[in-house]
Amino acid sequence: MVAVYERTYQNATKVTRKANPFGFDPIFAALSKAAAITVLVLLAGIMASMIYGGWPAFREFGFGFLTGTQWDTMNDRYGGLPAIVGTLSTALIAMVIGVPLSIGTAIYLTQLAPAWFKRPVGTAVELLAAVPSIIYGMWGLFVFVPLFAAYFQVPVSQVVEGMPIVGTILYARSPSGLGILSAGIILAFMIVPFIASLTRDMLDQIPTVLRESAYGIGCTTWEVVRHVLLPQAGVSIVGAVMLGLGRALGETMAVTFVIGNANRLSASIMDPGSTIASRIASEFNEALGMQMNALIGLGCVLFFVTFVVLVIARILVSRVKQY
Amino acid sequence: MSDTTANAAPQGQVKWGRVRQSRRISDKVLRVFATVSTMLAVFVLFWILGMLIWKGGQGISLDLFTKITPGPGTAGGGLLNAIVGSIVLTFLGIAIATPIGVMAGTYLAEYGKGSKLADLVRFINDILLSAPSILIGLFVYVILVMPFRGYSGWAGSIALAIIALPVIVRTTEDMLRLVPNSLREAGAALGAPPSIVIRQISWRAAKAGIVTGILLALARIAGETAPLLFTALNNSFWFNWNLTGGISNLPVTIYAFASAPYDNWQQLAWAGALLITAAILALSIGARSLLNRK
Repeated sequence: MVAVYERTYQNATKVTRKANPFGFDPIFAALSKAAAITVLVLLAGIMASMIYGGWPAFREFGFGFLTGTQWDTMNDRYGGLPAIVGTLSTALIAMVIGVPLSIGTAIYLTQLAPAWFKRPVGTAVELLAAVPSIIYGMWGLFVFVPLFAAYFQVPVSQVVEGMPIVGTILYARSPSGLGILSAGIILAFMIVPFIASLTRDMLDQIPTVLRESAYGIGCTTWEVVRHVLLPQAGVSIVGAVMLGLGRALGETMAVTFVIGNANRLSASIMDPGSTIASRIASEFNEALGMQMNALIGLGCVLFFVTFVVLVIARILVSRVKQY
Repeated sequence: MSDTTANAAPQGQVKWGRVRQSRRISDKVLRVFATVSTMLAVFVLFWILGMLIWKGGQGISLDLFTKITPGPGTAGGGLLNAIVGSIVLTFLGIAIATPIGVMAGTYLAEYGKGSKLADLVRFINDILLSAPSILIGLFVYVILVMPFRGYSGWAGSIALAIIALPVIVRTTEDMLRLVPNSLREAGAALGAPPSIVIRQISWRAAKAGIVTGILLALARIAGETAPLLFTALNNSFWFNWNLTGGISNLPVTIYAFASAPYDNWQQLAWAGALLITAAILALSIGARSLLNRK
């Protein structure tokens, strides 16, 4: 009996073994690995193509490509400083305005909102994050910019005119509403829902016990947020903010609509300017020869700046405390 | 609550009244600030939607869906070619990204657990997820448009596919990780090889989640403009299924028409913006409800 059983068992294993080495299994495994490697190849390809396309410009202008302020298509002299400064300053304005608002929104959604209100408001915030950037651009150009010009730029310019420092930074030579500050404000509106929903998810992960024990010894909401929630979520909120920064740096369409696309360096944030992305979007299709290389070179600068920001962001976000 | 704590421990020279007041004020400030910032976000959403419906709604007519984009200075016209072009580009992009994305997500969740390669791919995928979309347009321009000397529908849909890919990889992996291991073990115990376990058990269990990811990717790329500017470009002719030439699409048409000096172009841009936003919000809501139903 035992012998018969063993023989059948061995036969059975033999049959399956025969089918295995040439079966679908190894192919499937190889396919899935190849798909995963595609992701790596894509990022490497983006990096390589930016360096390849921008190389003539780097070679021609050297370090001056980063520090030059001329963008002269007639004489083929290109310097990226105005666009680089524009990118950094719009992103900075967006962060200064957007970060407090997004953390406030996340706190409201997790701590203050009544239960029945949480879901609709949370969904609304997430939908705001899904609105495409060209829509923000149109809203910015046709709705926000005229209001901004009439009710902020004109009065503020009148007040600050002639003042030292403030008069330089906030004075609008031509109060059209377009400019670095308007672009920064639109960017802030775009990153708020993004950072807020990430931060909300992080605050939600903190065990309720921690929060309840703090309330239990008589802490106010502010004290719970300041001494319990923020220290607990700490680093990962910084990560979420950095992700928002990565977004603000590379945002194209909305900025292109409202920044005014001026190619000079201005001390005032009310004046039109340009960012790397808006410069590429508005000039690339008409660009030839060195101008195109210079634009791809700017793209290369943008790539490395966002790459560093995003790497730091991901490392910080992945350090979320596990409970 | 704060009153009782403060009153219960009156000691030394601490001025409890002042402490109580400052605690009350800091709390009030936080509450007001958090509420106001949330209301501001919701207000902006409704402002944008309201403006789209008000300005775009006037342009919704039968012509919009039956006539092609008008030339400069020509009256009337619709968005038919742009709508069809956008649908083709978007679905082609998803069709390219879905198999690669689902397989890559499967590798991360099923095969590559704990491997160095999987950790690297996951990290790089997250970077790609937030990479500026205009750089993806430049990349496709350098590898596809420059060597073949021409804008093409293929280049546009590949650019969109590169944007959709990381979204699909990420959601597929997350959803497969939610499938309990006991299911896989039960399949393996029946003698099923890994590929069968994955296809018949893991994928089937995670189906709703994976479809959600694909819908979210669709919503993400439907409104992307920057990567199409120098890949698919645009044309104002009737759509002819020729993917080797420039192809008209909604986002680039909106971009070109919005700041144009012709009234009917601006009207079309608003109508197009309304269509695209409605489609994207419907997709996002659909994806969300699909996920919540489980």
